[in-house]
Amino acid sequence: MKPKVAFFDFTSCEGWQLDILNLEGQELLDLLNAVDVVNFREVKTEREDNYDIAFIEGSISREAEISRLQKIRNQAKVVIALGACACIGGVNCLKNHLSMDEALRMVYGKDAKNYDTIPSRPVHAVVPVDYYVRGCPATSAEFLKVVKALILGKKPEIPNYPVCVECKMAGNVCVFERGMTCLGPVVRAGCGAICVTSGQHCWGCRGLVDEPNIDSEKDILQKYGLTVEQVVEKFKIYNTYTEVAK
Amino acid sequence: MKKINMNVHQVTRVEGHGNIVLNARDGKIEELRWEVTESPRFFEAMLRGRYYQDVPHIASRICGICSIAHSTASIQATEAAFGIQPSQQTLLLRKLLYNAEILESHILHVLFLAAPDFLGVGSVFPLVETHKDVVVMALRLKKLSYNLAEVLAGRKTHPVSCVVGGFAKLPEIGELKAIKARLEDALSDLDTTVKLVKTFSIPDFNRETEYIALKDSKEYAFISGQIASTDTGVVPLDKYLTVTNEFCVPHSTAKYTKNRRDSYMVGAMARFNINHDQLLPHAKRVAKELGLSTPCHNPFMITVAQVIEAVHAVEDSINLIDQILSRGLIEEDNRVKVRAGRGIGAVEAPRGILFHDYTYDENGVLNKANCIIPTNQNHNNIQMDMEALVPLKLSQSQEEIGHILEMLVRAYDPCISCSAHLLKIYFK
Repeated sequence: MKPKVAFFDFTSCEGWQLDILNLEGQELLDLLNAVDVVNFREVKTEREDNYDIAFIEGSISREAEISRLQKIRNQAKVVIALGACACIGGVNCLKNHLSMDEALRMVYGKDAKNYDTIPSRPVHAVVPVDYYVRGCPATSAEFLKVVKALILGKKPEIPNYPVCVECKMAGNVCVFERGMTCLGPVVRAGCGAICVTSGQHCWGCRGLVDEPNIDSEKDILQKYGLTVEQVVEKFKIYNTYTEVAK
Repeated sequence: MKKINMNVHQVTRVEGHGNIVLNARDGKIEELRWEVTESPRFFEAMLRGRYYQDVPHIASRICGICSIAHSTASIQATEAAFGIQPSQQTLLLRKLLYNAEILESHILHVLFLAAPDFLGVGSVFPLVETHKDVVVMALRLKKLSYNLAEVLAGRKTHPVSCVVGGFAKLPEIGELKAIKARLEDALSDLDTTVKLVKTFSIPDFNRETEYIALKDSKEYAFISGQIASTDTGVVPLDKYLTVTNEFCVPHSTAKYTKNRRDSYMVGAMARFNINHDQLLPHAKRVAKELGLSTPCHNPFMITVAQVIEAVHAVEDSINLIDQILSRGLIEEDNRVKVRAGRGIGAVEAPRGILFHDYTYDENGVLNKANCIIPTNQNHNNIQMDMEALVPLKLSQSQEEIGHILEMLVRAYDPCISCSAHLLKIYFK
């Protein structure tokens, strides 16, 4: 029997859910042959609450989202966090440096009492997560890789080495040589160093590698006359939650 | 006695979370509400305190579908604040990148999200069996727009190379030539789309409202121009707050807007009603073929206006590439000189006019942001359309009424997760 797959969106830009439709035509058709998509609100009217694999996009930022996520966890055999907001909290956590009352008041003014929000957090801060498809945005290629592995009953292999490795392979001039700050030395690869290749620097959207070589990053900063604070400011964009947790 | 108690929780095939509530008894509406329940995201709070280089990167994350629109509005607001005039080359590349988003977003909506309503199914998935050629064609058009964005900015969702001051990396001439050939081929795919959309039986429902869009004397405006209203004429960008007049309603996490009337419409239909004269020739022919003429007051025809704009975006892209190829591309100095000040950036996102308004300090750090999102500007218009539409349909079954209301919401192609990010911040 085909595994039943469901997609759920929490607080996010929903960029990835619609990106799945960017798979090559044949890839998408093959995927639909291999799994049964039973719940995908963005593109599908019918819904079913019996599913094996749940993909979760977005971070958790309201009380009601916690119980909704717990229900999904109870139902699904496998839970996969999809994209930076779900995996590491992502940009949603940038609001966490404010008190929630302050944030609500700033945004809704005198109507603040009508709304609720809690500090944003990744999926694993609420329920156990089995696998991660990282990045902002997550790539269709990595998503396919994970789905294929699950169908074959294997554990998906996701890189746990720094972006610098892929950046070297892409033949880029080092960002530090170009006078910019970069998070590449400590952040997880898998993106092909697309931001550096496209003329920018690494923003850290895939989170830290498991054992980041912080000393080496500090050496690099010193060599190029940069400060830890400059890097931390960049790091906060996606990894505020990680930082708070430390 | 006929009773209708309806709560369409989380309308499907739209981006974001919204509900429709309808209670009626004996042909009388007791309650009818379009509710927006998306989690607020506090983007303006996230942008505060960030260095200008990080601002478009974060602002792009407001929306996965229209990330190029948010990124462009953000870049333009920052440039306006710093008094930077982008080069001619940058403008050509920006417009070309922008067309990728218009094409992709409109194709997604017309063929994947709206088409199932007209073909009698609940999603695009059954169409893989019954209309495989349409699905494959739609994927081909989407792929083309993704590839166009990749050539210019590294990727379509959350673009990388477009930055304050210009482009961090220029496209290769060979890639532009290759993509131009594919754009020319895409015109025949779009003709097939037109033939399909012609078979859709679009509900006949008209409600005149106010239409608002950017207007530029030189072209069909997407990333330039002033604010034009069918009621109140043209006003400069720095007066945008006099047009949008945001307000909160208790049943929605998104703010609503109104100009002089209770609501107005933005998006493809507003643009068509205001700027139709400036469409390119093929797009004009398609408008005629699909029977869309101005003024059009039927919100269900928004989908048709999107097809016309998709054609325009492809024609315009071919012209832009020709101009770029004849000028050649040169490495420009993108260095930016920061200064304290306020700047407003406005673009026509696929779903309508979008404003980013930033104030920077003398170090290039943002200390105040306001973003007004297209879908928010449509929420009250959706509500008012529902109030006009439901009385005409009360003799129908609850299921039929629910279906047409969902179709109405979907016609607006709402991007609700965007709209609940919006939200003004008041800094003391």
